[in-house]
Amino acid sequence: MMAAVIEVEHLCKRFGEVMAVKDVTVRVEAGDIFAFLGPNGAGKSTTIKMLTTILRPSSGRMRVNGFDPVTQSYAVRRSFGIVFQDSSLDDDLTAFENMEFHGILYGVAKAERRQRIDTLLAFVELYDRRDSLVREFSGGMKRRLEIARGLLHEPRIIFLDEPTLGLDPQTRNHMWSYLQELNARQGTTVFFTTHYMEEAERVARHIAIIDHGAIVAMGTAQELCAQTNSQSLEQAFLTLTGHEIREGDDGGLERMRNLRKAWRR
Amino acid sequence: MGAIYVMWLRQLKRYWRSPARIVASLGQPLLFFVALGFGLGRVFQAAGAGNYLNFLAPGIMAMSIIFTSVFSGMDLIWDRQFGFLKETLVAPVSRVAIMFGRVLGGSTTSTLQGLLVLLLSIALGFRPEHWWGVIAAVGAGLSLAFLFAAFGLFLGTLMRDMQGYPLVMNFVVMPMFFLSGAVFPLDRVASAMRVLAMMDPLTYGVDALRRLLTGNSQFSLLVDLSVTLALSFILLLLAARSFARMQV
Repeated sequence: MMAAVIEVEHLCKRFGEVMAVKDVTVRVEAGDIFAFLGPNGAGKSTTIKMLTTILRPSSGRMRVNGFDPVTQSYAVRRSFGIVFQDSSLDDDLTAFENMEFHGILYGVAKAERRQRIDTLLAFVELYDRRDSLVREFSGGMKRRLEIARGLLHEPRIIFLDEPTLGLDPQTRNHMWSYLQELNARQGTTVFFTTHYMEEAERVARHIAIIDHGAIVAMGTAQELCAQTNSQSLEQAFLTLTGHEIREGDDGGLERMRNLRKAWRR
Repeated sequence: MGAIYVMWLRQLKRYWRSPARIVASLGQPLLFFVALGFGLGRVFQAAGAGNYLNFLAPGIMAMSIIFTSVFSGMDLIWDRQFGFLKETLVAPVSRVAIMFGRVLGGSTTSTLQGLLVLLLSIALGFRPEHWWGVIAAVGAGLSLAFLFAAFGLFLGTLMRDMQGYPLVMNFVVMPMFFLSGAVFPLDRVASAMRVLAMMDPLTYGVDALRRLLTGNSQFSLLVDLSVTLALSFILLLLAARSFARMQV
C-alpha cells in the first residue's frame, strides 16, 4: 500500500445550525490524481478549506503530508499549493507582482523564483502580459495566473477547487496536460473538485463522490460505474446523488462583485 | 522578513497607483483649513490665543494620518471580500509578520498623506518653528500612523463586511479626533473634558506633532511617544492574534 498524503477521518463542520460537512472519511495516496465530486453545497469547498488550514473543523481528524492542519498549520501550509474557487489574486498588482509576492511569501530564492515565474507565465501564456494589472484580465486569464501561482513553490500537493470553471476547452486541456506531466515527473499529488464528469473520468485516478456533507462512494471511475450499473460516470453520479437541483451558494459574492464594479467607476 | 517586505510593498504600490485617491483625500483637510482656519482664525486671535492656523496645522495633519491609517482595516475587509486575504491566510509565514507588514504599509502611506497635508498647510501660510521640525514631525506622524493602522486592522479582522466601517468612523474615530485637542487648546477647557482628552490616545500624537512643529505642547515628547508606541505594540499583537483566528 502506498503512503497516504491526505488522510481524513470523520471530518465534520458545523456553521450554526447547518452541518456543511457531516462525516467525511477520505484517504489519498501520494502521487494520486484525486477528484472530489458532488452537487452544489455538498461540502467540497468546505472540506478543502479545512484541509488547507483556513477553516477549523468542528470535529474529526486530518493529516496533510503527515501534519495536522489544526495544530501544525505552518508545516501543512508549506506543503501545498491551492487554486481557490474564486479569485485570490490582487487585482491592483500586475501578473508578475502577484507571482513575485507569492514566491517571496513562500521563501523561494530570487534566481530560482525569477526563472520559475518566467517558465510558468510562459506556460499559461501570460508572459506577454506579465506587466499588466490583473484588473484588466479576463476570467480565464485570472484562472490561468492562479494556477501558475499555485505551482510556483513546487508544492507536494496541489488543491484545485473547480479549476477549469469558465476555461475554454483549449486552456482546460493545456492545463491538465501540464498537471499530469507534473504529477508523472515529480509525483505531485493533485486533489481537485469539478462539475465536469468527463474531466474527472479522463484525468482522475480515484474519485470520491460527496453529497449532503458525507462521502457516498469512492473508487476509480470504472468501479463507480460498476457499483451503480451505469454506462458513464455522469449516470453513476446522478444515481448516487439524485436528480434534485441544488441551490448555489455564491450569490452573495456575485452581488459584492457587482457592487465593486459600480464603486470603481 | 520577506513577508513583512511584501505586505508593505503591496500597500505602497496600491497607493501610488491611485493618484486620484491621493488628491481626493486632500479635500477634507483643505475644507478644515478653510472653514476652521480662516473661519475661526480671527475669533481665536481676538481671544488672545495666537495664530489659529499655526495651532491647527499639526491637528489637521494628525487627522489626515489617522483617517487614512484606520482605512487600512477597510483594505483588509476588501481583501476578504475579493479573495486576496486567502492567499495570505494559507501562506506559510507568521501571522505577526503579515500583520506587521500590513500595519507598516498602511502607516507609511498615511504618513506620506500627512506630509502632503503639512505641505498644503505651509502653502496656506503655516510656518513651522524650525524646518527640521518637518522631518521630526514625519517621524512622530509615523508612530501615530502605526497606532491607528494597527487599530484599524484589528477592527478589520473582526468585521465581515464594510457596513460597520462608517459606524467606527463616526462613533470612534471622529470623537477621538475632536477630543484630542487637534482643533482647540486643551489648557482652556473644563476639567472633565481634559480628562476625556487624556484618555484619548490621539491626544498624545497631536501633542507630539504640535511640539515638533510649533514648540508648544501639553505633555513631554517622551510621554507622547511612549504612549503612542506602547499602544501600537499592544494593538499590533491583538490584530495578529485576531488575524490568526480568521476563517473564510
